[in-house]
Amino acid sequence: MIKARITVTLKNGVLDPQGKAIEHALSGLGFDDVGAVRQGKVFDVELAGTDKAKAETDLKAMCDKLLANTVIENYSVTLT
Amino acid sequence: MKSAVVLLPGLNRDRDMIAALTKISGKAPATVWQTDTEIPDVDLIAIPGGFSFGDYLRCGAIAARTPVMRAVAEKAAKGVMVIGVCNGFQILVEAGLLPGALMRNASLKFVCRQVKLEITNANTMFTRRYQPGQIIRSPVAHHDGNYFADAETLARIEGEGQVVFRYAQGTNPNGSINDIAGIISDKGNVLGLMPHPENLIEAAHGGSDGRALFEGALGIAA
Repeated sequence: MIKARITVTLKNGVLDPQGKAIEHALSGLGFDDVGAVRQGKVFDVELAGTDKAKAETDLKAMCDKLLANTVIENYSVTLT
Repeated sequence: MKSAVVLLPGLNRDRDMIAALTKISGKAPATVWQTDTEIPDVDLIAIPGGFSFGDYLRCGAIAARTPVMRAVAEKAAKGVMVIGVCNGFQILVEAGLLPGALMRNASLKFVCRQVKLEITNANTMFTRRYQPGQIIRSPVAHHDGNYFADAETLARIEGEGQVVFRYAQGTNPNGSINDIAGIISDKGNVLGLMPHPENLIEAAHGGSDGRALFEGALGIAA
């Protein structure tokens, strides 16, 4: 079995109101050093088989077809 | 003129859309379910509002990948008119039938109120019964209506007259870029908008500002 972690983040320049709200909440807790906060998503995916190259190709296709909206989001795939 | 309404689990404005189309066209629309791979021969396909698939992953993301949406895309490619309202708009952008994306409202709050809309392009099948620049009223009810497109896409849709509705007079409820409330495809047959024109079609609604949109699309005399 192959395990992978997919991270989806907003592209630079796309406004992230949720990240902004979290940023304000953190400074409200006294974390004065907090700069910008951006919120993203993490998917842990298990795949049958052992072919890592195929897994990587498939995982990228999953991101392009469903897991990320590439109009506003970037993704990265890491085999764990 | 015949119409069809797309039904998906989690939509909740389907009944309103069916009622509006029935009252305005005098004929009940056909209904198609998420697993249907064929849509009857109709002139207009409507995708109502709601929370399809619980808004999981991203609003409209799962719905956009259902078999019925592949059938909608095939019909749209043949020139059949498609209108997506609210979640329907989100589904159309997720399906790639309209450019851009709809993000969380800038206020982070769900907004449910009446807004004013400016008709910025009255030269479409959907808006031909309005005057250019006309201000109409419309209800909105959404959490993710903050329209976004990259600079290049935005310049293109603005330049081509694809921005059909804009929030007017400081009523932008969601932070949408350029106050965009609704856009149309480059071929002019697929319309998506966040406001709910189907909820303002008769006196009992408190006004009928939305009625002309369906009358225009269905080619029905006012």
